[in-house]
Formats: sequence, structure tokens, C-alpha cells
Amino acid sequence: MWFFRSPQIVFGPESLDYLVEIPARHALIITDANLVQLGLVNLVTRKLDEAGVAYTLFPEVRAEPTLELALRGAEVAREVKPDLIIGLGGGSAMDTAKTVRVLYERPDLPVDGISPLEPLNLSKDIRLITIPTTSGTGADVGWGVVLTDEVSHRKLVLGSPEGLADFAIVDPVFTLDLPPAITRDTGMDVLAHAIECFVGAWRNDFTDGLMIKATELVLTYLPRAYKNPHDEEAREHMHNAATIAGLGLGNAQIGICHSMAHALGGMFHAPHGRLIGICLPYTLEFAANGMPDNLAALARYLGLTTAPGQEGAYALVEAVRQLGRETGHPRSLKEIGIGEREFAESLPTLLDNASQDPCTITSPRVPESEEFNELFWCVYHGKPVTF
Amino acid sequence: MPKFPSHEWVVALCEALNSSEAYAEAAKNWEGDFYFIVEPGGPLTEQAILYMDLWHGKCREAKGITDPGEKNPAFVMSANYDTWVRVIKAQLDPIQGLMTRKLKLKGNMTMIMKNVKAAQELVKCCALVPTEWA
Repeated sequence: MWFFRSPQIVFGPESLDYLVEIPARHALIITDANLVQLGLVNLVTRKLDEAGVAYTLFPEVRAEPTLELALRGAEVAREVKPDLIIGLGGGSAMDTAKTVRVLYERPDLPVDGISPLEPLNLSKDIRLITIPTTSGTGADVGWGVVLTDEVSHRKLVLGSPEGLADFAIVDPVFTLDLPPAITRDTGMDVLAHAIECFVGAWRNDFTDGLMIKATELVLTYLPRAYKNPHDEEAREHMHNAATIAGLGLGNAQIGICHSMAHALGGMFHAPHGRLIGICLPYTLEFAANGMPDNLAALARYLGLTTAPGQEGAYALVEAVRQLGRETGHPRSLKEIGIGEREFAESLPTLLDNASQDPCTITSPRVPESEEFNELFWCVYHGKPVTF
Repeated sequence: MPKFPSHEWVVALCEALNSSEAYAEAAKNWEGDFYFIVEPGGPLTEQAILYMDLWHGKCREAKGITDPGEKNPAFVMSANYDTWVRVIKAQLDPIQGLMTRKLKLKGNMTMIMKNVKAAQELVKCCALVPTEWA
């Protein structure tokens, strides 16, 4: 027994227009100050004005949102009593919005206690809309959230299926001016979602086809979107790819590339997508060395090779590396300026947090402690994974 | 060969956990005792309760319980007999079991979500216990 869960997805150019069709009295917009400055929040508030919906802005989201930020957002929600919550931004804003939506109705829950393991019994009176402004996290359609515990420097994977958005509005208009580095980093996150969900322990018939399509879209359109930010066709397909791959989150599950990136992000505060793009080839190599068949199958579906087993799996790893080269993605933690001594001192905490990350247990091949240690060093130095 | 569910079986599981380096490492931060409740179903006609006191990677006590009020554990996990068998035989991921409510859990969810690897290693140890099924 398992589930396939999804919000209603409204996608494509001008899909933001659908916002006026969603009845509401008062909207709470959870976003970040940068998007206010860039004028992207205005695109949303204009639609709310058109529909006669009052709104309150909560533009306090920062990269790597914290438990404390979500609690503050929930306080604002209880003050203004919205019947619509809008998460507008990247994963940080949408994850905060999903958490605020739960805590607004369930102030009794500890913020780090929102889990899929018990019913929340949320009402249907408050609706949540997610509007991604980057083509990356898939947080618009997944129920999981990642919030940082500042005390333990740990990124916690939380969330409940009941916190899933009611609507995801996937309009590429928000992405047309994204800088190349953000385009590249977030695009690598999409690729990691798609591949990890295709090969993970919770993969299933309902997600497999979606993950193949998302992988194909990234390999085809990310180089174009990176090289020409105003390539509207590439932007639209990348935006769709992010949401399609996002359907793997929660319905299948991601793996150790994300466990490692979560641990590293909690410690070194580099952008999530950059850490994902650095870790991905190494974690795929690790999978290819022990459990290559599903990776080889994906390579075959993509037309990269017909070789089975490890040879086929390595064709996919090479395609990922080639994408990294085409987009100038850093290849190691050392390359992004993390000092070796600082890294070595952090390693025990990184290992603890990565091994206890929920994404680890759904990996196709779960590393033992010593293997995890070696993997982290391979990612640090940019060395091939031979074990 | 101990029969599942029984006092002898949970004691054997306790010994398996205490012999497992992987469990000791994965559960080194775990604090909390459990009732594992096996509801009647299949060949099992009466409810069975297995108690385990799990503490920092070790099992401090394990026993079959006849009076549910004997202990007041931090966590209570319950399922019918057939579901437990699937978990122990690694045919059902315990986290998926919890998410589909095949397994029901009461207790501190934060603690569980921060220690999922411990749950996985515990289930691996279950498979190491030679078992006679009821």
C-alpha cells in the first residue's frame, strides 16, 4: 500500500492568471525581501487586487529558513487570520509557508514535531498555494519541508502529507531573469530529485515515468537556460521539470546526495543546489558500484547507452558530469572554499547528521559509517568513488 | 528457536541489538522505551505486548508483558500480527508502515524523525533472530 499525492498543478505561461479564480478573503504571502525588491511579489499582489483579495506580506524568509522563522510566520498568521496562504519563492519560502500553514492551525505542535507519522486533522478552510520562482526544489508539490535547527546546526527533514499545497502555480515568468549560477545550481537539484527518486528504495510505478521525463528535460534544457537566461522555451521546460521531479518527493523519495547536502548546508551554509550538484556524481558512483541496475535502466531510457549493470550506470554518471562541465559547476567542496581543517573538524557532526537524515534510509545503497566517511572525503577532494 | 511474539523472542532480539555495532552507532542518541503491541490476527488469537528499554545504542531490558499497566513506556507501536511479520522479514519498510498507518505509533515524533537510521538497524536485527512464527 502506498500513495501518490499531488496538489492541483496549474502550469505554463500566464498560469498565474488562475490566482484570480481561487476564492479567498485574506491572503498571507510568505516570501523574501529580495523578491519584493525585484518586483516579482507585485505580479502576485496585482492578481489579488484584481480578485478583491486583501493580503498581508511576510517577507522575512532567508536562505536556509529556521524553525524560529516558521514560528514567527505562524504568529503573524494567527494575528491576520488568512484563509489563503501563499508560499512565493524558492524552497525556503515554500517550505516556510507549508510549516506556517500547519502551525497556524496546530499551535500545540512543536515545530520540529511535524511528521508524516501521525494525523494532523487540519481543516479544509485554509488553502495553501505554492508559487515557485526558481526551477529547482520541487517544494511546490512535495509535502516535506527542510528547516534548520540553529542550535544543532542541523537541517531537519519534517512535514506532513496533510500540509501539501492545494494548488501549485508553475509559471515560468518568475524565472526569466534568474542569474546563471542560480539557474545551474537549482537545475542540478532537479536532476538529483529525478535520478534519486528513480533509483531509490521507495520508487514505484506511478513516479518512474515522471522521473525519466524530468531527467530528460534537465539534460536537454538546463544548458540552454544557463547559457541564455531569456530562452523562454528552455525556461518553461526547466520550470516544468522542477515540478515533475518534485512529484518524486514524498511519493518516492530522495537519497544520500540529499542527506549529505543537508548535513553540509547546516554546517557551511552554501546554497543547497550547489552542494547537491557537487555531491551528485559521487553518490551516483557509489550507487553504481553496488546497485547499478536501476541507474543503468535510466541511462537506457534516456538513450545514453544500452549497456547493462555498472557500465550502463556509469554512462549516466558521465552524463551528469558532462552537464556539470557544460554549466561550469564546481566539482568539490574544496573548490568552493571550504578549508580542509574546518571540514575535518566538522566531519563527525556531518556523519551523524547525514546518517540520521530520513533520505539516507531510502537510498538504493545505504553506506556504512566508514563508507560515508570516505564518500565525504571524495566529495571534498573531488576524487572518484571506487568502493 | 523462539516463537514470535514471545518473551523469549524479545530477549533474543535484545541480545542481537547488544551485539550489533551498526545498531550501537545508529542509536547512540536514542533514549526511550517501547511497547511493541501485536494485535490478534492470522494465527494469533490474543494481544501480545513486548517491552524493550532502548538507551544510547543498547537494550537495557526486554520482556514479554501480560499486564499493560506494568510499564509506562515513552513509545507504543502497534500493528496486527501479519504487519509485524512483514516488518520483521524486511518486506515492509517501518517508516512506510507508519506513514500508511499499518503501524501505529504514540510518542515523541521528533525523536523518531531524528533517529530513522536507528529504526532501520533495529529492524535489521529483527531479521537476525531465528524465529518460529506463531
